[in-house]
Amino acid sequence: MPEVKMRTISYSTAINEALHEEMERDEKVFLMGEDVALSAISPATAGLGDRFGHERVRNTPISELGFTGAAVGAAMAGYRPVLDMRRIDFMMLAIDPIANQAAKLRYMLGGQVSVPLVIRAPEGGYSQNGPTHSQCLEAWFIQVPGLRVIVPSDPADVKGLLKSAIREDNPVLFVEYRSLYSLEGPVPEGDHTEPIGKAAVKKEGADITLIGIGSQARSCLEAAELLAGEGVDAEVVDPRTINPLDVEGLAASVRKTGKCVVAEEGHKSGGVGAEIAASVQEAAFGSLKAPIVRVAALDVPVPVHTKLEAIVLPSTEKIVAAAKKLLA
Amino acid sequence: MAKSTSGLSRKRMHEMYRTMLRIRRFEETADDMYMAGKVVGGVHVSIGQEACSAGVCAALREDDAVLTTHRGHGHSIAKGTRLPEMLAELMGKVTGLCRSKGGSMHIADVSKGHYGAHSIVGANMPMAAGIGLAYQLEGKDRVAVVFFGDGASNNGAFHEAMNLCAIWKLPVVFFCENNQYAVSVPAEYSTSVDDISVRSKGYDAPGLTVDGMDVAAVYEASREAVAHARRGLGPSLVEAKTYRFFGHSRGDPHYGMYRTKEEWEGWKAKDPLIVCEKMLKMTAKDKKAHADAVEAEIREAIEFAESSPEPEESVALEDIFA
Ligand SMILES: Cc1ncc(C[n+]2csc(CCOP(=O)(O)OP(=O)(O)O)c2C)c(N)n1
Ligand SMILES: [Mg+2]
Repeated sequence: MPEVKMRTISYSTAINEALHEEMERDEKVFLMGEDVALSAISPATAGLGDRFGHERVRNTPISELGFTGAAVGAAMAGYRPVLDMRRIDFMMLAIDPIANQAAKLRYMLGGQVSVPLVIRAPEGGYSQNGPTHSQCLEAWFIQVPGLRVIVPSDPADVKGLLKSAIREDNPVLFVEYRSLYSLEGPVPEGDHTEPIGKAAVKKEGADITLIGIGSQARSCLEAAELLAGEGVDAEVVDPRTINPLDVEGLAASVRKTGKCVVAEEGHKSGGVGAEIAASVQEAAFGSLKAPIVRVAALDVPVPVHTKLEAIVLPSTEKIVAAAKKLLA
Repeated sequence: MAKSTSGLSRKRMHEMYRTMLRIRRFEETADDMYMAGKVVGGVHVSIGQEACSAGVCAALREDDAVLTTHRGHGHSIAKGTRLPEMLAELMGKVTGLCRSKGGSMHIADVSKGHYGAHSIVGANMPMAAGIGLAYQLEGKDRVAVVFFGDGASNNGAFHEAMNLCAIWKLPVVFFCENNQYAVSVPAEYSTSVDDISVRSKGYDAPGLTVDGMDVAAVYEASREAVAHARRGLGPSLVEAKTYRFFGHSRGDPHYGMYRTKEEWEGWKAKDPLIVCEKMLKMTAKDKKAHADAVEAEIREAIEFAESSPEPEESVALEDIFA
């Protein structure tokens, strides 16, 4: 295999590169969203309007329902729209075209259409933006058959998976974690794609499996480092996509370690962690030496105040504490 | 565009001037506090748009309701919201109006008829219809006013709420502050009409565009719209042409990114405080009297907010269910 050259870029630059490259590659790809045409608004979309013009990098009014529905239509009619939701909280106004239309149309119309639509949904807290500007809502959407849900946690994955999402012939909810936007990491040069539906082992270990979703994959890596200081060899696995979920990839790690913590930034009840815990125990019950433990946001809205927000949201420390309790 | 007719009493004009100055100084203080790292979360100031808040609320009774947006300090103050508790909320103190859980974007003082700033664009309008419905069901002649931006007028929530209010004749005034931009997107680009007020025609309701830098014009238009609602005749749409002198939120420069310096300076020349000072032919002594009173109030708010305690951890787990 030829050697892959790596360079270090940020999560937001990786998104930006993926968008540039896919728009360059396929003229059917176009971008819509509030303020996307202005470079200075977000590092993820900077430069696109200047490069591709405002036909293809299109500002929308504050009409989430309208422009999402329009994107579904354009996708059926042969285009590959990419939407920028700014925050997943605002996407709540557009659940109908996503869940009732995009996800079901192919099925309802007996396979006559496909809906190659990507909805970029930045989300998450740790920024004192309060209850309606901090949510992590990917769990809601794994309840919707026909919709892919992708949750990348580092620059290489966000680039590779966004490129795959844009090439995918089905609607994709592409979650981005705002708290990771400035995270730097190695990304291969050139046309780097990652497969949809494959978990990745982010750090190997033998004593316990830490499964982290999105921002919490990063926290799990930090937790693994802290645990290493106490002689615990933790393995960190990132599902990377949650529909489809690579149950076998996750179960393989749990079969090895026998213990598992699942961490996510969304609320605990009915969360992605609950789904993963259930699926992994179905696949690897015999190997488990203890119940799978979930670390998640409390079932409480995310408050503005820094100290209160920290109580509600998960953290590296909470993951370490959960792991130590399991190992004790 | 409707201008004021100058039939207003000097007393009323001075009161509205005072309200505008209180808003201006509160928001300048909030901005200073933000720069000093003392504000928790974001702030969106309405500096330049004060005539809208002051003019509308001067036409309201204490038992009327307002609902506002992410840019809601001005409406809050004009409706009687307590300044110390409001500043405390911005500074993350437990004495804040929302106990430090809502922040600047969710300021509410329900005891004063202020049903909240709402940070999801458009969300406040259907709720205003519902408050109007409650007033109608109770047989009271109370009115709800909902403030929103040019950007929000392109959201389905606006159109659905207008239609509901029109078919049920609900006592609601839709007050659109057209400050020409939704973050960076010009209303000229995003909006199908030059004057947003013409959208009322689709709902067979009165619509009027006023000079939003002229507090008297805003007051006169609002008085009429409020009276219409109080008489049980249904909603009106008032559009005020105005401008925010600051960026959308912190970190967004006053001009240079999507607004030109010339445009900005043109609007600055129409500063609603200066317009009002001229209309009243205010003397230096008049101005000082207003300024002194407002400074005292601001000082008191700062003292209250700074000396207030941070929330206990348990506050995070309270107020979820009634
Ligand atoms: C439903 C929704 N979409 C997007 C946003 C992000 N956002 C916050 S303020 C704003 C612009 C609002 O413009 P306008 O209604 O004109 O009010 P202004 O900020 O000018 O006062 C946007 C897009 C949001 N808060 N809610
Ligand atoms: Mg605006």
